Amino acid sequence: MENTARVKAEEMVGRIDGRLMKNKAIKGIFLTATVFTSIILIILLYRIISQGAPYLSWDFFQNFASRRPEQAGIKAAVVGTLWMMSVVIPTAAILGVGTAIYLEEYAKKNALTSWIQMNISNLAGVPSVVFGLLGLTIFVRVLGFGNSVLAAGFTMALLVLPVIIVAAQEAIRAVPNELKEASYGLGATKWQTIYRVVLPYAIPGIATGSILAFSRAIGETAPLIVVGIPTFVAFLPSGYLDSFTALPMQIYNWTSRPQVDFHNLAAAGIIILLGVLILMNSVAVWIRNRYQAR
Amino acid sequence: MKPVKVLTLSALLGSALVLGACSEEADTGATTGDGAEDSADSGDAQLQGEISIDGSSTVYPIAEAVAEEFMLEQPDVKVTVGLSGTGGGFEKFIAGETQMSNASRPIKEEESKALADAGIEYTEFQLAYDGLSVVVNKDNDWVDQLTVDELKKMWVDNGTAVKWSDVREGWPEEEIKFYSPGTDSGTYDYFNEIILEDAQINKTATLSEDDNVLVQGVTGDANAIGYFGYAYYLENKDNLKVVPIVNGEGKAVEPNAETIESGEYEPLSRPLFTYVDNAAIADDEAVAAYTQFTLENAAMLAEDVGYVSLPEEKYTEQLETLEGLK
Repeated sequence: MENTARVKAEEMVGRIDGRLMKNKAIKGIFLTATVFTSIILIILLYRIISQGAPYLSWDFFQNFASRRPEQAGIKAAVVGTLWMMSVVIPTAAILGVGTAIYLEEYAKKNALTSWIQMNISNLAGVPSVVFGLLGLTIFVRVLGFGNSVLAAGFTMALLVLPVIIVAAQEAIRAVPNELKEASYGLGATKWQTIYRVVLPYAIPGIATGSILAFSRAIGETAPLIVVGIPTFVAFLPSGYLDSFTALPMQIYNWTSRPQVDFHNLAAAGIIILLGVLILMNSVAVWIRNRYQAR
Repeated sequence: MKPVKVLTLSALLGSALVLGACSEEADTGATTGDGAEDSADSGDAQLQGEISIDGSSTVYPIAEAVAEEFMLEQPDVKVTVGLSGTGGGFEKFIAGETQMSNASRPIKEEESKALADAGIEYTEFQLAYDGLSVVVNKDNDWVDQLTVDELKKMWVDNGTAVKWSDVREGWPEEEIKFYSPGTDSGTYDYFNEIILEDAQINKTATLSEDDNVLVQGVTGDANAIGYFGYAYYLENKDNLKVVPIVNGEGKAVEPNAETIESGEYEPLSRPLFTYVDNAAIADDEAVAAYTQFTLENAAMLAEDVGYVSLPEEKYTEQLETLEGLK
């Protein structure tokens, strides 16, 4: 009797050891994954910053592109990207959030809406080149915008629209039903409920999703190439129908040049692009914190 | 003010350097003919307009340099240069979206036909030469030269891996690693026409649209061979070994500025083109002035960005052609 009990106890201790080992091993795997990703990120950042930082100067922001690396600047690309985003952000935000509100709050749940829903999710996975072709056909050729800020902005807005819709829908769906019912119970109309209850609650989620989507629009090159956005532009756009160039186009061009100096300029351009992205992400964090604090 | 002006004027007579830097007013008074400064009569007439250029990424550095210089003289002419590739550029040219299309190969028959259908007449201008450079790894001590037939033998796909020993006896029994520009590029098209003659490229070849990837590939593998524009070889001279190619006269020639310009480096020298819409030259003063500026300065600017200029008489001839189109 005593013997068997002891064996059982030993067995149990043995199993505990096994479980603890497993626990440690799993932790080790996750830790390795984190360390691995961080190292890659650090190497990337280190390489880009060490290559590009010496080229960051006031002149770099002040000059247009040039065949001489020491005189080449990124002015047209930075300003062009800002112009483009001034089209992308309002267009995509209004269309995206509007669609999400309609689908979540107004539309009846039937076969048609679930079919639309499925297509929106699928669109989010369509390669960006395809959106470029769509933009080339519709905005550049049929509507005759040419390779302008407007054509590129609308193309990019279409590209990020599905992501914004899905993110906004998730955020709206997360609004507790009790809140909405309480609002209706007080006699509020649907619009009053959406405006005063649903949106304030959902805005942090919508903002996070949208800003991630806009960041993608800033970094995409393929649709711009397809739409036919030029790379050498030595003037700033003065209207939405003007030609322009954008940061990823300039970076892409510099990386493909034979001279090493241009590769370093590309690194400097990437630092600027990262800076813009960090700025945008901090705006997202700020919006989220502001509304969550309420 | 006055003594300063007198001083400037006297200095003007003495040195050509001051001539470049001094005010416009004095400049026009003392143009004695030198290079880009006074070349176009554009100095007097300030033109306005928009010129849209697209096409080959190989020609892009030249086009960018021309546009940069032109806009210093004519800031009100808005020039944009894109790099959709030779084929992509022609598509836009055919759609009437650009006035000039850069190409690293001559226009294809179907493109020319599409232009005719669209009612667009065009003129072909040559800007510079590029020598496709065939390169191997620095540690490759066996390849001394290659003939076109040998190139063809190794690059054309025959279903099996090719070893160096298959190309010439006595070379190592190691598999050759191929690096080639992507099939969308004019560079590939040219190599295809001259070496492959429309046969399938070796299926083991690594194709990349980015020539720097090819440079790295060949630098990192002792058994590698690749080809790309002369500018990429020039920039990576220290890490690569260029292979002399046997020309039509049976002489093995290495690509360099002299052999490419004289035509001795053949058949892998190719001209770089720009195609201009005739109607745009005739109707738009800015396009006419820009084309003239391009031809007048292409020689110097092409060399600036790593290409080889044409013989001078070629530019003169082409300028005459342009006069006829105005």
